[in-house]
Amino acid sequence: MRARVFVTLKPSVFDPQGTTVAEALHTLGYATVKDVRQGKYFELEIDAGTQDEARRVATEAADKLLANPVIESYRIEITGA
Amino acid sequence: MKFAVVVFPGSNCDHDAYHAVKHVLGQEAEFVWHKDASLAGADAVILPGGFAHGDYLRTGAIARFSPIMREVRRFADAGGPVLGICNGFQVLLEAGLLPGAMLRNRSVKFQCEYVFLRVEQTDTPFTAGCRRGQILKVPIAHGEGNYYAEPDVIERLERNRQVIFRYTTATGAVTADANPNGSVRNIAGLCSDRRNVVGLMPHPERACELSLGSSDGLVVLESVVTFLSQGAVAAAR
Repeated sequence: MRARVFVTLKPSVFDPQGTTVAEALHTLGYATVKDVRQGKYFELEIDAGTQDEARRVATEAADKLLANPVIESYRIEITGA
Repeated sequence: MKFAVVVFPGSNCDHDAYHAVKHVLGQEAEFVWHKDASLAGADAVILPGGFAHGDYLRTGAIARFSPIMREVRRFADAGGPVLGICNGFQVLLEAGLLPGAMLRNRSVKFQCEYVFLRVEQTDTPFTAGCRRGQILKVPIAHGEGNYYAEPDVIERLERNRQVIFRYTTATGAVTADANPNGSVRNIAGLCSDRRNVVGLMPHPERACELSLGSSDGLVVLESVVTFLSQGAVAAAR
């Protein structure tokens, strides 16, 4: 079972790296790119019997370690059977 | 008195802290490895600067789970003085011993320079020997020192007088230019609600001898010695 965990800064949190990337894209001529938010992506291979079980483990991992709830939120996708 | 200096894999200011405590302050100091289960009977604990566990994931995010942190938490819960410097501050935030989190510097650069700090509160173990409003010239060296917390948390910190150091000009003015990293309200250092746990991004331990450019940081370490020997908090008001 594979869990994909997407960690992103909360909307209220300023993202200096995303802003810098956006400025670089503007320099390259991508004037239509209005904003960039940079995040983190994790793939977890989980030995689990069901998707629910895999999601439970991935959620625990995200809560305890992968994301910092003060500044970040996360979204989980489970694939595999 | 005895200081424990916690060493994580990747700590690189552990020797600076040890040197300042032992050779400048003339107190006892002992290194404690992050896998140790005891703080060696220390009276005060320093979490030093550096890049614990390579700063992987987030600064301090892995260090928080080091075995010694259980002891640090126990020590802090019992009222023991704990000082987190730079990466040590980041570890305290990740561990939840202090509120908030660090973002990348506003400049997206590693900022390595002298800054001026204004002492906001003197009723903590690490500022007890300061004057309120005293200006300290100390260096910073970090890429992620842009302090952030939700507005209601910031309000609570201000109300409880937990902001104990702010970045200011040489004359003590809180300005955007004096803020090296974008921290909310120029916050450079905090204390816990019980005031015994203190974290700051600047490096007082690197500013303890005039031959190194400034001795203004020594008062932070001296404070805890005085604080513990008197067993009392200097009244701030």
